Amino acid sequence: MKSQISIENVSKVFGGHKALNNVSLEIKEGEIFALLGPNGAGKTTLISAICGLCMQSSGNIKVNNFDTLTHYKETRNQIGLVPQELPLDGFESVYNSCQFSRGLFGLKDSRDHIEKILKTLSLFDKRDEQIFGLSGGMKRRLLIAKALAHEPKILFLDEPTAGVDVSLRRDIWKLIEDQKKMGVTIILTTHYIEEAEQLADRVGIINSGEIILVKEKTALMSEFSKKTTFIRLSKKLKNPSFMKKNKKISLTENGMTLKLVGINNKSNELQSIVNLLSQNGIAFTEINTVDNSLEDIFLDLVETQ
Amino acid sequence: MNIQAAITIYKFEMARFRRTIFQSLVAPIITTSLYFVVFGAAIGSKIETINGVSYGSFIVPGLIMLYLMTESINNAAFGIYFPKFVGSIFEVLSAPVSSLEATVGYVGAAASKSTIIGLMIFLTSNLFVTHDIKYPLVMAIFIILTAITFSLFGFIIGIWAQNWEKLSIIPTLLVTPLVFLGGSFYSIDMLPEFWQKVSLLNPVFYLISGFRWSFFGTSEIPIALSIVAILSFMAICLAVIAIIFKTGYRLRT
Repeated sequence: MKSQISIENVSKVFGGHKALNNVSLEIKEGEIFALLGPNGAGKTTLISAICGLCMQSSGNIKVNNFDTLTHYKETRNQIGLVPQELPLDGFESVYNSCQFSRGLFGLKDSRDHIEKILKTLSLFDKRDEQIFGLSGGMKRRLLIAKALAHEPKILFLDEPTAGVDVSLRRDIWKLIEDQKKMGVTIILTTHYIEEAEQLADRVGIINSGEIILVKEKTALMSEFSKKTTFIRLSKKLKNPSFMKKNKKISLTENGMTLKLVGINNKSNELQSIVNLLSQNGIAFTEINTVDNSLEDIFLDLVETQ
Repeated sequence: MNIQAAITIYKFEMARFRRTIFQSLVAPIITTSLYFVVFGAAIGSKIETINGVSYGSFIVPGLIMLYLMTESINNAAFGIYFPKFVGSIFEVLSAPVSSLEATVGYVGAAASKSTIIGLMIFLTSNLFVTHDIKYPLVMAIFIILTAITFSLFGFIIGIWAQNWEKLSIIPTLLVTPLVFLGGSFYSIDMLPEFWQKVSLLNPVFYLISGFRWSFFGTSEIPIALSIVAILSFMAICLAVIAIIFKTGYRLRT
């Protein structure tokens, strides 16, 4: 896949605060890229710089080889943006609001296209209503409809599912996957790591204005994968001697469960521990192993930085 | 050039005007009628003609200018401030819209609204006084130039303002006094000599005087000076807007 967005050494300073610090990043055509980071990490600032809402203090941003500052019309034409907040003119009707968004991109009214989007987002019945009357979830869907009104090649979604219910979240995920199938490149920021885990092809982690890691999601999960195994015991246990030698083992649930974190399958660590239990006459009723989630990996990376 | 974007912004702003058309048009008409009743009939009947023009007719250009300027400023300032206030300005800023296209859309709509209101006031004045317009083409040019120039000024105020108080402070505390003291309701010949000289420092005086010339063919200062004054103010406003968009002042972070 060729690079569609190229960010080179971009910094952004607000007053004395460096919101972005020498950020370099490539976004590939047709991928879903999840940008993760804690609050104030610089996610929205980075998106704003790409979309033209703020001007970087230094560095270059190119969209399909067009510079966002010198060829802003060419770059913005390709981009649709769904912001984090719900900034809408409440007096306008749903349809006219979408038409306004389309018109700003130099496109004439296309009732068919806008109605199709509104139907996809279950807003068609509300098309003539004022935005004031919409629920929060509907407003969020409307923002997505507005961003899609000019048929962008690149879609930025800044926390698209923040504050929406589970059902709507699933609908938005489906819409994102559908857009990807249509060839749209999607850049997603989210606090819900589960969302990135579900949707993303690649993941970037940003913290304190710096990109600390960019990886294919599957590679990231496998590289940082740590299994946790729970062994349910048949009776309560108090710190046995073999636990003191192995820091990966701890007792939970009032001594009824052994928790083994990050044990190595290749060196048969689990087998050794099971043998130890047998040798010490400790019976168990259940063994359960779970992989750590992207959320665990994210927290580990951010906390250790 | 993204002409469609300018048209889109223009139509969007005019739709806002249509939504509030009753309040937009009826309020100025009622206020104008009151001006004619109070100044034209009650007080005006005690005043002799000014340069051969009855007082009722004399105040018509001043009244139109008063509304033209204040409505242009208010409409343009609100037009850009409101999307800033609710945050929807992000759409314009992230779209392929140049500063020229955005300005044409917002300022064009504000100027159109104030021109419509100005014409409504002119029509209302015909219910109270009869007058022939000596130079209708010049009158039309003055209306259009004033509407555009003061809409540009209002656009700057709307970008500059960070709260509702700032939005109204310049129109209320600066523009309205300048319009009232710029000879809207009197000829500066009626003032003592010192205040006549002070009036010459008021830029609005040149506009009202020139506009009045298009009605009656007489004015306190040469018409060319009035045209230079309004074109100069327009050039200053355009330069300020160009700087605003280049630097992103209070628009882009």
